[in-house]
Amino acid sequence: MRQPLLALLAKEPAHGYELKLALEQTFGQAYPSPNIGQVYVTLKRLEQDGLVCSQDVEQTTRPNKRVYELTPAGRKALSAWVDEPSDGPRIRDDFFIKLILAPQAGLADQMALINKQRRHYLGLMRRLSELQADTDPADTPARLLIEGAILHLQADLDWLERCQEELV
Amino acid sequence: MSGHWPRAVRGDAQGRSGRSSVVGSLGGDGVGSLGREPSKPREHTPLLRTSGLVKTYRTDGVTVEAVRGIDIDLDAGEFVAIMGPSGSGKSTLLHVLGGLEPATRGEIWLRGQRVDGLSTAGWAVLRRRQIGFVFQFFNLLSNMTVADNVELPALLAGASARQARKRREELLGELGLADKANAAPARLSGGEQQRVALARALANEPSLLLADEPTGNLDSSNTRDVLRLLRRTHDAGQAILMVTHDARVASLADRVINLFDGMVADDAKVVPIPRGVNAVRDVLELRG
Repeated sequence: MRQPLLALLAKEPAHGYELKLALEQTFGQAYPSPNIGQVYVTLKRLEQDGLVCSQDVEQTTRPNKRVYELTPAGRKALSAWVDEPSDGPRIRDDFFIKLILAPQAGLADQMALINKQRRHYLGLMRRLSELQADTDPADTPARLLIEGAILHLQADLDWLERCQEELV
Repeated sequence: MSGHWPRAVRGDAQGRSGRSSVVGSLGGDGVGSLGREPSKPREHTPLLRTSGLVKTYRTDGVTVEAVRGIDIDLDAGEFVAIMGPSGSGKSTLLHVLGGLEPATRGEIWLRGQRVDGLSTAGWAVLRRRQIGFVFQFFNLLSNMTVADNVELPALLAGASARQARKRREELLGELGLADKANAAPARLSGGEQQRVALARALANEPSLLLADEPTGNLDSSNTRDVLRLLRRTHDAGQAILMVTHDARVASLADRVINLFDGMVADDAKVVPIPRGVNAVRDVLELRG
């Protein structure tokens, strides 16, 4: 949450709710909507760390709003983040551990575990396809995010097939 | 409830009925059906049934068992995907079910009629009237126009030229190809050629559409188009049995049969994850 907020503030100063909206609008319905409380807490911590500063802006018809702005230290931290290569997404290996260890303990049959997992993945794939169909093609970041999830899921299924070929 | 099908019944009236129950049980069920066998009411006649189906090849004195005892039922209006690693027997099974290769042992029943013993000519008639086929490489007749490719099956089945043309116009219109009617297939993109192949397969309103990797040779946008069309013909009541290695494609079916070593390893309905769940986050979590 820290870096996305810094990145949005690098574009222009904003208050907490605007930042939440900007994240939702950029990444679309596939992106888990950030909790507004979490946004405020993160902004407060960024301020404590000297990466952003804020001031109250008076509003006539509404309560004052606190507008945040990037500090020079914040801009430096953001550049460092942008420059460093990112780790790839980490594979959740809960299933693989289950697949290897549960049969050893006589708790489950590997074929049954693989079948159950494949059914789950296919259900997830169906949901992602529906999400893709519901997404405006012009909404490129949202579309690419869903496609990324589909490609990762495809890799999970391929891996499952390899496990089936080698283990069963 | 479609009841028993009298053998004399032709056309698709029966095929279009018993459909709603299949649609109704999709998705509403949540995730509770894991591990449960798909329900197979035995009291009615399925559209397609195989029993102990075996296909072996003999090459250079070596016998290869491609399909080793497969029992499946497919109901009217059902959309079933067959998946499995390469060499698991998927395509062989589909070819045997379409009569392109004879079964070695076992039974195939189509609409209550046993068909595994049919002659080549008998299968040709069946494919003309009851079974549509879509292949990975389209297999359109290159020296005929798109329109003629689609009209030919109807003409072969005895339709008048006027009827064949009407059906062709309907199908090409539905598949967004009306303006390509007079083109040669080679002038069309892969996705368009596959849509023409689909129109041809549907020309005689088959009770069963067999599709062998129909998107295997298409890019992702053409894949989406062909899938949308398959889905739409399915929604209109068309039974489809499709071999695919693409999970995106398979996940759109009502049911997925997984083959392994020439046998059925799994046979289960696709249960979509409920809409409220953030499916993307389950696979890929954004950090930063």
